[in-house]
Amino acid sequence: MRILRATLGGLSVLVLLGLQAAAQAAPLGAEDARHLLTRSGFAPTDGEVRQYAGLSRDEAVDRLLRGARTEAKTQPPAWVNEEFERPRVKEMSPEERKEYQRALAVRGFDLRAWWMSEILTTPTPLTERMTLFWHNHFVSSLQKVRVPQAMYRQNVLLRRCALGNFGAMLHAVAKDPAMIIYLDSATNRKGAPNENFAREVMELFTLGEGHYSEQDIKEAARAYTGWSLEPRTVDFKWRPFFHDDGVKTVLGKSGNFDGDAVLDILLAQPATAEFVVKKMWMEFVSPDTETPANRAEIQRIAAQFRGSHYEIKTALSGIFNSPRFWAPENRAVLVKSPVELVAGAVRQLGVGYGDPLPFVYATASLGQNLMAPPNVRGWPGGDVWINSTTLLGRKQFIERLMRVDVMREPSNDLQSLAAEGGMNNMRRNEGEKIQGAGRLGAEGRERLIRAAASIQVDSQKYLAQFSGPLPLTQSLLPGSPANPLPTDLAGPPLLKALLLDPMYQLK
Amino acid sequence: MNRRIFLQAAAGACALSALPGWAQSALAGGGNFGNLLILVELKGANDGLNTVVPFADSTYYSLRPRIGVKREEVVQLSERAGFHPGLAPLLPLWKSGQLAIIESVGYPNANLSHFRSIEIWDTASGANEYLHDGWLARAFAANPVPKGYLADGVVVGSNDMGPIENAPRSVALVNTEQFLRQAKFAERGGYAKNPALNHILQVENNIVEAAAGLNGHFDFKTQFPAGPFGNQVKTAAQVAANKSGVAALRLSLGGFDTHQNQPNTHANLMKTLAEGLVALQASLQEIGRWNNTLVMTYSEFGRRPRENQSGGTDHGTAAPQFVMGGRIKGGFYGQAPQLARLDGNGNLPYAVDFRDLYATVLERWWGVPTQGVLGSRFAGIDLIRA
Repeated sequence: MRILRATLGGLSVLVLLGLQAAAQAAPLGAEDARHLLTRSGFAPTDGEVRQYAGLSRDEAVDRLLRGARTEAKTQPPAWVNEEFERPRVKEMSPEERKEYQRALAVRGFDLRAWWMSEILTTPTPLTERMTLFWHNHFVSSLQKVRVPQAMYRQNVLLRRCALGNFGAMLHAVAKDPAMIIYLDSATNRKGAPNENFAREVMELFTLGEGHYSEQDIKEAARAYTGWSLEPRTVDFKWRPFFHDDGVKTVLGKSGNFDGDAVLDILLAQPATAEFVVKKMWMEFVSPDTETPANRAEIQRIAAQFRGSHYEIKTALSGIFNSPRFWAPENRAVLVKSPVELVAGAVRQLGVGYGDPLPFVYATASLGQNLMAPPNVRGWPGGDVWINSTTLLGRKQFIERLMRVDVMREPSNDLQSLAAEGGMNNMRRNEGEKIQGAGRLGAEGRERLIRAAASIQVDSQKYLAQFSGPLPLTQSLLPGSPANPLPTDLAGPPLLKALLLDPMYQLK
Repeated sequence: MNRRIFLQAAAGACALSALPGWAQSALAGGGNFGNLLILVELKGANDGLNTVVPFADSTYYSLRPRIGVKREEVVQLSERAGFHPGLAPLLPLWKSGQLAIIESVGYPNANLSHFRSIEIWDTASGANEYLHDGWLARAFAANPVPKGYLADGVVVGSNDMGPIENAPRSVALVNTEQFLRQAKFAERGGYAKNPALNHILQVENNIVEAAAGLNGHFDFKTQFPAGPFGNQVKTAAQVAANKSGVAALRLSLGGFDTHQNQPNTHANLMKTLAEGLVALQASLQEIGRWNNTLVMTYSEFGRRPRENQSGGTDHGTAAPQFVMGGRIKGGFYGQAPQLARLDGNGNLPYAVDFRDLYATVLERWWGVPTQGVLGSRFAGIDLIRA
């Protein structure tokens, strides 16, 4: 009896493996190709879908990972390589201080517009999704860092390592100037520890909560002493005078560790791979990391990730090739982030624009202000993206896009456009909710209004690609519409109804 | 006298059991949600020792030679403690006996991570217990607010739902006019098996109901402070002024994670908080609701007694919290900070479990049971006038 059951069990495993192998080799249909591209990037155009349909899963994933860029193609603002002059804020008159704040705010928005432009135009959206993923993992915020050049450099670093090696990235980010400022590393000195970095690197960058003690934090903080910045260039500087040269004991290991040695101790812990893969799982597969099937996959992929010495492509390949990634019950279970919603709509609908600044404002007002996550834990994501305020904001964004359809009466008059309440109405009252937006001054507001007025949607052109309501629905929604659609709905009203459907918020 | 501990240990003094049986069963079906709760979160961990300053304790000044609030600047409340000068606007409330200061609020095995600790507070869990729903969400699930209410809980000006996370009928809004303008985009929806979709459908339903309930605009004479916190107070007052009720509002003020150069930042925060609370009191007085409002502050933890070398403070444990309202018995509760009894990390022992504050709200303010909301029995604090 026992033998029979074992044989049957073995058989079903074999059958299952056979089915999986078949699914792995079968060519992707349009729906599967769209699933992969939406989950790994931003909502794809039908042209992008066609490039992946017909490939096997392996081939498609391989193509995604192999082609990923490591540098932005968008030209950065001219000031990013300027030497930073530390402002003497305390000696400034109130007017000078105001002007300094304004200039800082303008640069902050320049920087965000640069990144948004890259997000909207990159040929390899996975690069930007991963850059954003790491921005939300190795969090720094311009609001505290206040050196736009350093935030730019950190962004370049995150993109360069986005699909590279996690261990190398951890070491580089730890000594990245924006991170040094953000987590107070330069004030962490021998005999006068500041535990901020020591705590967050264990809790949020590597091990996750529950895998270390308060004593480990105290000891590790001593190892990180001596990390500092060159005030003029804001480059990393090692200051041996401030380094604690004594023996430290971290996670059971003792020695005269420096910061890099402690990072290696953290990388040697199995908890690190699992922590990072779990986060990727929630980003790309499902919010559910606990049911046995998902949990087993996370552990399997984490072991591969660790075995590869933290090659990020190994982890991503494991995720995108996992049968759980493709499982029907894991479709449409993730909430689009504000950046995915906005960039997805712009890319997929072929929205025209001159200056991407309004999209920066849009994502910020929906809860995702690039370069300024709310705190060191980053944006929590998932269902938390959606509450009554943000859901209404998301729908308002869509509704405004629909109002700037080129088929409507054209108008070049800024005032009348603003009064009309289209995208261009994104003005003072809303801008001021975003930290720093009120400081942009008249010039900045003018730029924003002008940029908003240049946004155009050509819904007729977009709709012409589809032979009927069904392919249009499939292209926009990851599942059936949640609200019943009147059967006679067609053309732009149908498009609008689909974009306002709750299902459009999901991927 | 001021050092007396007012915490009640005996369960026999609890308000519910003093009621006749019929009243108890009448209350069991639903709480007295005509009593409004307004929570004010101090995000980032407020430095309790520089909020209610133990100026008479010399240890305080030896731990904080640079950032301690100078004796002559403290707004004295008793022979041993006083307000940070930024809190001076609260003095009239204190003098009129409507402001309670509960000292040394915390919990056993304090966690020093912001995120984990606020999760513990928001979900009213133990330090080693992981719960998904906010404590108010559990309270409202067990004791639904009356049908005509616009919502059970409203989060004002913030995107995290905190203690009302997953509440049956909660909404978040920034200001009432904008909310009403946009509410037309929401549609009543059904139930979906897909949890993410179901979440969105529920948010849509809650918007439809809240918009139907937000039916009036009150013209306040109260001057609200400028800035985001002042705007939150104004919105809270506007929601409270509505005819259809709401049981709980949550406001939040951020920026308390003062690891470096604390004094100026903290002084601004104290001023912003005090001015906001004073406007909140004035506006609720104006609409006749101050007598059935309880305002309570909370924060994930306090900060370390010994200042750090950056002119700031690192993560700590216990801290004082404020409770105020027209029917609050003002004064000191809990226990003065025990600066001579710091733990191995140099942090303070707690004397009042934060769940005692929650029990006070549940049992004594709303008349609903704590069972199912708080894991074990918490007696609450006798700080509400009948």
